[in-house]
Amino acid sequence: MRANPADYELVVPETLQEVLRLQSSEPGSWLPIAGGTDVMVLYAAGKLHSRKLVSISGLRELRNIEVTSAEARIGAGCTYTDLRQHSVIAKEFPLLARAGAWTGGIANQNRGTLGGNIANASPAGDSLPVLLVYDADLILVSARGERRIPYRTFHTGYKKTLLAPDELIHSISISRNLQGYISYAKKVGARNAQAISKVFLAAMARISNTMIEDVRLAAGSVGPIPMRLAKTERALVGRTIDDSLLEIAGEVVAKEIQPIDDIRSTANYRTMVLQNLLGEFLRGLPGARIAS
Amino acid sequence: MSVNGVTRTVRAYPMARLLDVLREELDLTGTKEGCGEGECGSCSILMNGVLVNSCLIPALQARGTIILTIEGLAHDDRLHPLQQAFLECGAAQCGICTPGMILAAVHLLKNTRRPSLEEIREGLSGNLCRCTGYLQIFEAVTKASRNEVVS
Repeated sequence: MRANPADYELVVPETLQEVLRLQSSEPGSWLPIAGGTDVMVLYAAGKLHSRKLVSISGLRELRNIEVTSAEARIGAGCTYTDLRQHSVIAKEFPLLARAGAWTGGIANQNRGTLGGNIANASPAGDSLPVLLVYDADLILVSARGERRIPYRTFHTGYKKTLLAPDELIHSISISRNLQGYISYAKKVGARNAQAISKVFLAAMARISNTMIEDVRLAAGSVGPIPMRLAKTERALVGRTIDDSLLEIAGEVVAKEIQPIDDIRSTANYRTMVLQNLLGEFLRGLPGARIAS
Repeated sequence: MSVNGVTRTVRAYPMARLLDVLREELDLTGTKEGCGEGECGSCSILMNGVLVNSCLIPALQARGTIILTIEGLAHDDRLHPLQQAFLECGAAQCGICTPGMILAAVHLLKNTRRPSLEEIREGLSGNLCRCTGYLQIFEAVTKASRNEVVS
């Protein structure tokens, strides 16, 4: 059933403070809407539970990218286009710019926001595994104040997060200490633009004398939440890259993920493709000695 | 809001879709509805110079903005170079995707004056043509970007 606009309320406060006041007065009843690329889809289909919406799309406070010597702090309201066009993001956090380019087409990149992608908490969000391997922090705000949490703790279950009913994602902070890392990301989907991922892998590694000194892996669409592959990481660290390591990596990762069969793909396919992506990443690392 | 250079005042529910406001309140039916969920690009327009899907914009978020729809491209009886190029290349079949396709191309050429084929493909990747006439569409955009149209 199509939604009737008469049944819905939408307000457009001019400042962040007003939004937070509104959310604290009736926690959980005002759904924030930024670019609308997720919310409006549910709304049009008559599947939006919330009847009260608060627009946060015009708020300047949420649209900054602030770069200090230690970190890049990305306002939650920055669009994918903002990310793609920012010189520091493109140079130092290329996976984020690339995930932005893979999200929707240009029109959706002009409207969809990084904060929206996080809050929507889809296991298939393309920027989410990237934020996981970058060890991002989230800055959450409410009328009660501000708190900073590691992003990897944010998703607690399918579409469940640590965001309190009166809170808003304010910004995303990423440390600028990624020198020496080799990074990788690949989306496998029906087509590049306008197609949700079947499998997504983001990966980073630092190699010292042919040995994996540090490795970070995160995958999308292979479980209820975008997940850091901590067990697989532990199996790889301190090792040299050879055929046996590739085999171990494939076995461990298959046990670590919980993929499902759905309209886009099957659990078997997702497991096999993720193993292949992991193999491709490892083969490409300097010092890899792979015969097969 | 300003629509195609004219200030228009509309009474609408805050959550009415901009697409419906354009088509039903302002009679600008050149903007088409395809999927209604941001997947097909038929409802593409420019809002404050930026390409957006009008089906995903609540009317209240468009208050005070500058809107350009397909109806605002031609000047009197002179077609916009992209419209002329689409005509010359036969880049429209059933025509449902054409307005959105042309506005996506306007947005592309505004940011990239001489796009490569790859850049054209990316710029139009959010606009689906179910008649699959993509080659003529790419050809038309290339032609318009090289000022090769007779207008």
